[in-house]
Amino acid sequence: MAILQQFAQQLINGLVIGLIYSLIALGYTMVFGILGFINFAHGDVYMIGAFLGLVLLGTGAFNFAAAMLGAMILTAVVGVAIELVCYRPVRRFGKGFEDAMLVSAIGVSIFLETLAQVIWGTETHPMGLVIPKVVYQVGGLYISSLQVLIALVSIGLMIVLHLFVTRTVTGTAMRATAQNTMAARLMGISVNRIVAVTFAIGSFLAAAGGMLVGAYFDAVYPLMGWTAGIKAFTAAVLGGIGSIPGAMLAGVIIGIVETLGAAYISSAFRDGFAFIILILTLLFLPSGLFRVRRGEGKV
Amino acid sequence: MKRRALLLVFAVLVLSALPFVVADPYWLHLLIMSIMYMMLAASVDIIYGYAGQLNLGQAAFAAIGAYVTALLMLRLHISYWVAMPLSGLGAAFFGLLLGFPTLRLRGLYLGIATMGFSEIVRLVLLTWSSLTRGPMGLPGIPSPTIGSFAIESKTAYYYLILVYLLITIFSIQRLVNSRVGRAWIAIREDETAAMAMGIDTARYKVMAFSLGAFFAGIAGSFYAVYISFVSPDAFKMMDSYLIFAMPAVGGMGTMLGPLIGALIIYVLPEATRVFSDYRMLWVGALLVVVMVSEPRGVLGGVASLIERSRRARQES
Repeated sequence: MAILQQFAQQLINGLVIGLIYSLIALGYTMVFGILGFINFAHGDVYMIGAFLGLVLLGTGAFNFAAAMLGAMILTAVVGVAIELVCYRPVRRFGKGFEDAMLVSAIGVSIFLETLAQVIWGTETHPMGLVIPKVVYQVGGLYISSLQVLIALVSIGLMIVLHLFVTRTVTGTAMRATAQNTMAARLMGISVNRIVAVTFAIGSFLAAAGGMLVGAYFDAVYPLMGWTAGIKAFTAAVLGGIGSIPGAMLAGVIIGIVETLGAAYISSAFRDGFAFIILILTLLFLPSGLFRVRRGEGKV
Repeated sequence: MKRRALLLVFAVLVLSALPFVVADPYWLHLLIMSIMYMMLAASVDIIYGYAGQLNLGQAAFAAIGAYVTALLMLRLHISYWVAMPLSGLGAAFFGLLLGFPTLRLRGLYLGIATMGFSEIVRLVLLTWSSLTRGPMGLPGIPSPTIGSFAIESKTAYYYLILVYLLITIFSIQRLVNSRVGRAWIAIREDETAAMAMGIDTARYKVMAFSLGAFFAGIAGSFYAVYISFVSPDAFKMMDSYLIFAMPAVGGMGTMLGPLIGALIIYVLPEATRVFSDYRMLWVGALLVVVMVSEPRGVLGGVASLIERSRRARQES
């Protein structure tokens, strides 16, 4: 019984961290769905989100919920600014320069990482206790109030995203653009506006992930975007890049595999499991769990 | 054609005369390091600029070269002139190994695999303490000698790295203007089409990786004897970014591009001392600015300026 109980406990821990990976993975997969471009700097946007939240908390004027919302909105603005300044102008060069946007994204990533180091230093900043710490005991399993918060917030955000994408006009336009950019444009959809909205949503969710991770591990630091970015990117690829439900599911899978691996195989290798999943996925399941058929006429 | 050859001879003469003009040891050190970076930039340009394979782990090859030289010279007391080519070959062997994933991976997927590779190299160097002394590094690497003459002064090292750079550039130019280089460019432009034209893409991609690694390994070997100390921190992730950014900023797949890029990215921040603490900030911003304004780099910008003025002259 004890073994089963321990296993169930690890499953819960993995699920919680996996939900955060899902939140970040959505930013990769949605941008890829529309532009066919992997936003290399997305992990760093997530890091910026965590730091902005930390700054808001530091002013003392905000509680955790308000600071998180504020960080999400500010990061969405940052994400759109990056798209407008660093990516959109590159797209005008068109065919033959597909790699230029990727190189620009590498530049953005280097810039954001260094900027964070210059402003906040290389050390790890604690986020402090964001909600009263309570540990609930359910049938021999321990669940902390923080874990409940993370699960509620991430699942809530994903439901809102799902409703937005399926029920609103903008969401429908997003799906149309992802299916076939040229046809969407002919239907009168402003593709550039949809791209900006996508970056805003991706960065909005990434900031939420950054705040939740910062609270969960009580640590915010400039290079945090690198490991989380790789894991979320793996989730996007495993889910089938471009697929929103795929990213949600795969994030949770990665969180669980990683936690079980750390518990039963090697805790020192914790950050390596995502890498192995990424390599295996690329070799044996390149189109991921939910295969997305890419439309014609990408911008 | 003749004019170009004359210009080349002139450039080589100026570069050879530089140590007589630059007396300050700091500036001479800067020159030596920038030429080493030019060599590294040219080496990554083979892989990314010509063959079109994104490589964000080039510094790992330099680290391998540096460690091979350091270990051979310190542990086995082998002459530098034997250790140096072995460093190149050692790095080329790992380039060959890393070349195989390229057969299945493209674009950023490949870039991430190369980053993973460089991280593995760093971790091995850090943890294999019995061989590498881990984070303490390997100090006291002896100077190379020619007969009874030891290469110890900065001026002597300057000429050594200058010769390496010239050989590197000459070899790359010969390769690029051959069947091999045309195959690389064909793969870069359209891999499927290249395959359809009967190019053995797998072979040429692996070849690009191992050749690029070879020259990086030689540069690393130079670094080991010049600094006479290597540690796992000598070539980090950020150095891979730095090296990758040089041809991207200067102009990818050209002879001068990596050299200009190394000047802009390495020398400018050091020389002005404005950015030296925030060099990576400058590198990141520069990459974005270049991609946004002219993805072909500084050389591409110059070329289109010349083209525009020529057209304007014809019209008037």
